[in-house]
Amino acid sequence: MTIVVCIKQVPDTAEVRINPETGTLVREGVPSIINPFDMHAIEAGLQVKERIGGTVIVITMGPPQAESALREALSMGADDAILLSDRAFAGSDTWATSFTLAKAIRKIGADLILCGKQAIDGDTAQVGPETAEFLDIPHVSYVRRIEEITATSIRVQRLMEDGYDVVESSLPALLTVVKELNEPRLPSLRGKMAAKKAVIKKWGMADISADERDVGLKGSPTQVKNIFTPEARPGRKMLEGSPEEQVLALLGELRRIECL
Amino acid sequence: MPVVVDSERCKGCEECLSSCPFDALVMREGKAHINEYCQACVACVSVCPEGAIIEIEGGAEEAAHDVRRYKGVWIFAEQREGKVASVAFELLGIGRKLADDLATSLSALLFGASEKEAEELIKWGADRVFHAAHPVFEHFHDEPYVHLLSSLVKEHRPEILLAGATPIGRSFFPRVAARLRTGLTADCTSLAIDAETGNLLQIRPAFGGNIMATILCPRHRPQMATVRPRVMKRGAYDEGRRGEIVAVSADGIQPRTKVLQSVKEVSECMVNLQEAEIIVSGGRGLGDPKGFALLQELAGLLGGAVGSSRAAVDAGWIPYRHQVGQTGKTVCPKIYIACGISGAVQHLVGMQSSDVIIAINKNPDAPIFNVATYGLVGDLYEIVPLLIRKIKEHRGIAQ
Repeated sequence: MTIVVCIKQVPDTAEVRINPETGTLVREGVPSIINPFDMHAIEAGLQVKERIGGTVIVITMGPPQAESALREALSMGADDAILLSDRAFAGSDTWATSFTLAKAIRKIGADLILCGKQAIDGDTAQVGPETAEFLDIPHVSYVRRIEEITATSIRVQRLMEDGYDVVESSLPALLTVVKELNEPRLPSLRGKMAAKKAVIKKWGMADISADERDVGLKGSPTQVKNIFTPEARPGRKMLEGSPEEQVLALLGELRRIECL
Repeated sequence: MPVVVDSERCKGCEECLSSCPFDALVMREGKAHINEYCQACVACVSVCPEGAIIEIEGGAEEAAHDVRRYKGVWIFAEQREGKVASVAFELLGIGRKLADDLATSLSALLFGASEKEAEELIKWGADRVFHAAHPVFEHFHDEPYVHLLSSLVKEHRPEILLAGATPIGRSFFPRVAARLRTGLTADCTSLAIDAETGNLLQIRPAFGGNIMATILCPRHRPQMATVRPRVMKRGAYDEGRRGEIVAVSADGIQPRTKVLQSVKEVSECMVNLQEAEIIVSGGRGLGDPKGFALLQELAGLLGGAVGSSRAAVDAGWIPYRHQVGQTGKTVCPKIYIACGISGAVQHLVGMQSSDVIIAINKNPDAPIFNVATYGLVGDLYEIVPLLIRKIKEHRGIAQ
C-alpha cells in the first residue's frame, strides 16, 4: 500500500504576538513547525504501514526551507519525502495548492492519502477535500479513528457536531484527521540520523506536468485584497478607580443598558 | 495581482521587511526580494519610500469565467435528520442583504428534509428553494452533495454561493469549488458587496487568527464562502412571505462512501455554552484550576455558563468542550465576561460578536480590552468576588 501524507510547514502561530503600540504582528523569533494536525496524519500513516505493510511518502509544497519539515517526518519513520517547490507555485490559494498536490499524488500513485484537518495558519480545511476532488476519489473529513483497513477499503469514525458517523469507503481515498486520532511519536535517534542523510526529491512545475495557468497566483481564483488588524470596539469604556469603584461602575453601566 | 520589486529603484532601506505579514520580503544582495511566501496582499506597496514595490498585470485571467453571466445569491440550507440547521437561517439573513444590495434574488438549496422545511426557508427570506427529496440524503455523504450542487450551479449560474462552516459544509463545499474552478473563502466573519465592482468582499481572520484579511474572487464565479454558525444574525421571519419551491432530482447519484452508523455523543455542557445568554470565561490568568469554581459561582448567579480560552484547556484546568475560539466554539451571548484572558485573536474570533463584552485583566495592554465594551483592570480574584457580592446585595440576597 502506498500511503501519501500531505504536510505543511507553518509558523507556530501560538507564538505570534501583536505589538500593542503599532498593531502589527511580531514575528521575530517565531519558529517554523510542522502543522500540528499534520503530525497526526504522519502518525496515522506510520500506523497503517505497521498494520498492513506499505510505504509512507510525505509531500509538501513550499519554499526550499520547507525541506526541514520533510526531514522531521522522515525522522519519525516516513520512507520517502518529496518537496514541491517552484517560483511558479508562489501565491497559491487553496484551489491552486490542491491542484498542485493532486498532480504530484497522481504521479506517485497513492492508495491512501492523509492530511491534517486544517493548517493552523490558514485554518481553511479546504486543501484535503479539494485534492480529493482533483484526484476523483472519495474523502472523509475529521477522522478521529481508523477502525479497519484492507487493501481495497477503509472504515473510519468521522467526527460530527453531535457525535460521530462510522463511514466506510473504497480505496484509494483521502482522509483528513483530527488530534483525537492518535499521539504522534517522537523521532528515534536512528531515525534522526537517517533523516539527516536522506536525499529529498524536489519537483517543480515541469516534473508534475502542470500548466502555469493552473498553479501559483495565476491559478488562484481568490486574491487577498488587504489585511488589517481588528479595530478596537467602538464605544469601549475602561472603568477607573479601585476594584470596588470599578465593580460599582460596571453594575451601573449594566443597569443603564438594561442588562442586569 | 503579483507584486514585484523594481531593483533599479530599490535602495535597500529595508523599510518594507516588517510590513509583510507572511515573511515574504527578504534582503538579497542589498535589495529587497519577494519570495514564495508572497500572497500578493500588497501590504508592502505603500510602505516603500522609493515606490520600488509595484503590482504588475497578471493573475488568474486566462481561466476566468464571464462574470456578467452569473446572477443571484444562493445559500446552502444544511439539514440533518430532516431538521434544518440554524446556520441556514443566519445565511438567509446575510444572503437577503447581499441579494438586496445587488438587486437580485435569493435562493436556498435544501437536499433532503420535507417540503414543509422548504416553506420555512421562504418565510425566513428566500425567494426560491431548490428542494431535492431523496433517500441518498438521509446520511451525509460528500459526493451526492457535490454532484447535485455543482450541476445546479452550472445550470443556473449564481454569482454568490454560501454555506455554513459546519463539519458538513466544510467537508463538501471545497470539492464543489474545485470542480467549478472557483475560489472559496472559509469562516468569513463579514460579507459585503463592493459598491464599485459588485464583487463580494469576504473578510476572515488570517495568519492563525492574528490579523484580518479581505478576500476577493474577482474573475471566477460563483464567489463561494462559508460562515461559522452564530456569526451572522437571522433575518426577519415573515409568515406571509411567498416564494417558489423547485423540485430537483437526485436520481442516479451513487456515493463511494457508506455511513454504517451514526452515534450521538451530545454533551449537555457544550449545548449550554452555545445557547447561554451569559458566559463567564477564564484563561491563563486564573493561574489555577480552582479559579473556575469562582467563575462557576458567578455564572450560576447570573444563570450563565462557563467558558474558557485555549490556554486554560491546554493547561488541563477545564475540559475542551468549554473552549471558546477559533479551535473551540463560536459563541454570541448577551454578556461575555472574560476573566484573566489576554485575548489572542484566536479567542477573540470566537466571542467578539457578543452583545456586551466585559474584560477583567491585570494587564492594561491586554488585547482583550480592544474588543471589550467595559474594561476592568485589576486582580480577578479581587474583582470577581466583589462582583458576586454586589450582585447579591443588589438582588437582596443575604450573604
